[in-house]
Amino acid sequence: MEVLLAIIVGTLYAAGIYMILRRSLVKLIIGIILLGNGANLLIFLLGRIAKGAPPIIPGDSKVFLEAYSDPLPQALILTAIVISFGLQSFAIVLVKRAHKVVKTDDLDEMNATDEYS
Amino acid sequence: MIQQLIFYPLIVQMLLAIVLMFVWSRIGWQRVISIVGSVLNLGVAVWLFISVWQNGTQAVQAGNWEAPFGITFVADTFAATLVLLTAIAGLAVSSFSAGSVISPRLKFGFFPIFHFLLLGLNGAFLTGDIFNLYVWFEIIIITSFVLLTIGGEKAQLEGAVKYFTLNVLASIVFLTAIAVLYGLTGSLNMADLASKVAAVENRTLVQVNALLFLVGFGIKSALFPLYFWLPASYHTPPSAVSAIFGGLLTKVGVYALIRVFTLIFEVDPFLENVLLAIAVLTLFSGAVGAIVQNNIRKIFSYLVICHIGYMIAGLGMMTEAAIAGAIFYIIHDIMVKTNLFMVSGVIYKIKANHNIKKLGDFYADHPKLSLLFAIPLFSLVGIPPLSGFWPKLSLISEGWNTENFAVIAAILFASFITLFVIVKLWGEVFWKTGAKLPEVRNFPYFNKLSKFRKTQMLAPIIFLAFVTLYLGFGAGNIQSLAERIAFELMDNQEYINTVLRK
Repeated sequence: MEVLLAIIVGTLYAAGIYMILRRSLVKLIIGIILLGNGANLLIFLLGRIAKGAPPIIPGDSKVFLEAYSDPLPQALILTAIVISFGLQSFAIVLVKRAHKVVKTDDLDEMNATDEYS
Repeated sequence: MIQQLIFYPLIVQMLLAIVLMFVWSRIGWQRVISIVGSVLNLGVAVWLFISVWQNGTQAVQAGNWEAPFGITFVADTFAATLVLLTAIAGLAVSSFSAGSVISPRLKFGFFPIFHFLLLGLNGAFLTGDIFNLYVWFEIIIITSFVLLTIGGEKAQLEGAVKYFTLNVLASIVFLTAIAVLYGLTGSLNMADLASKVAAVENRTLVQVNALLFLVGFGIKSALFPLYFWLPASYHTPPSAVSAIFGGLLTKVGVYALIRVFTLIFEVDPFLENVLLAIAVLTLFSGAVGAIVQNNIRKIFSYLVICHIGYMIAGLGMMTEAAIAGAIFYIIHDIMVKTNLFMVSGVIYKIKANHNIKKLGDFYADHPKLSLLFAIPLFSLVGIPPLSGFWPKLSLISEGWNTENFAVIAAILFASFITLFVIVKLWGEVFWKTGAKLPEVRNFPYFNKLSKFRKTQMLAPIIFLAFVTLYLGFGAGNIQSLAERIAFELMDNQEYINTVLRK
């Protein structure tokens, strides 16, 4: 399980960075989405995976008796997902507006603000 | 009661933003509420600062969950000082935006978003939890995207695409770093992490993790190879927005770097060399970039990058006196950069142009304003006894003590180039006899504004100029403040004990 997740995380990061490096605006957004998901899975993976062991202390005990799956990474991922959802929706609207105003989706042609004036 | 004080700067800003949303389309009300609220916030920030100054570091556990399990908010002298500076800059920019930003832009919720940005800044300074820091960073960048794009001009949208991409990338790198840190230690509380990171056996992974934090915060604070989003975007929004961005946003990155590398990670010689090399290259490339530009705000953007180098140099030398120098520089830089972007806004309102080759005659037309603008301009250069001089002095003397001669050379080079750029700007904009600029139709020229609007724009510049003068002439007080902050940062036991209630 861990190995599989590690490979998926690596693939998501690699694909995300590749997409960000492309010149198309839409691919830029896809790249950011992939990278964000990669980061979320990484948190999940690094929180140690314990299958079928909810973090509930048995009624007759005061401490955990066995290994349990850490709930904190899941809370972190939930927060990160909500944030990245907000960012992605903003990104899509921004790209749509930028495409409408600048009339190109090629990042190489979006260089008016870098030009020497 | 006294502990809840830490939350007040957050609560005031959040309430302000919410109240402002209820008067969404009433611009007049928004202007009044924003300015009055910022005065209130300044009062709260002063209160917090005095309380921390007298009683030392304070911590409050959100929801009364004991550290390290809950989210902690900590106010040490460093955080309280930055909250105070944010409040001062926030008040100035609030008044300046009320006077200068045109009402169609204000109707799109400029003020509520502006106060959410200040909320994010205050939160980032006060939090003691690394994941909470990430959340505050996200609040800061989301609000800054909106402020950057309100108006929807072509240049703004192009700048925003670049700004957006690199800042989101920085956030993802930061999140990755948090993931690795959590995997290594199983904790998110920064005070708790200090001892847990030191106990990790896999030192290589800790170093990789430290570098991930360096890259994430480095993009946000515009360090050497990662700064290209800044000059591509900071000159596109209204000057009021540039002012708050140039003054505070990059400094949050520097704050996070200083916090992480003094509290969580031990800076080993390798990291020290990396930081110093980055500082030297940032100083060099920012300075060289500023020479060739003609747009006033682009010049200031490159100077923002250049002067981040001083702070990183102070952090890289990692001695108490060097960090005190870096802290002093942050205090000076927030005030001066905010003011400079507002100055560029007034120049634009008067002349309807940003190009220094086309501008001119400013001194002949407006001698009093020119003298006022000279204060922030020459403070930036650091002509003694103005405020930029003192931190550079301590940085250079510390560089001498630690035998980092390349750093001294870079600091002197960058100071000299800053002097050259400002003198060039002064000659071109203020002294040169310029050609007559064509009148732009429907442009809200400064002279056509009501006296009240003019006051709203000039009062914050005068206010920050006085603050800057105080930083220069009262340098003894600021130096002792910076030394106390540096002492608290280097000897972090007080911070850790306050948070963990040992």
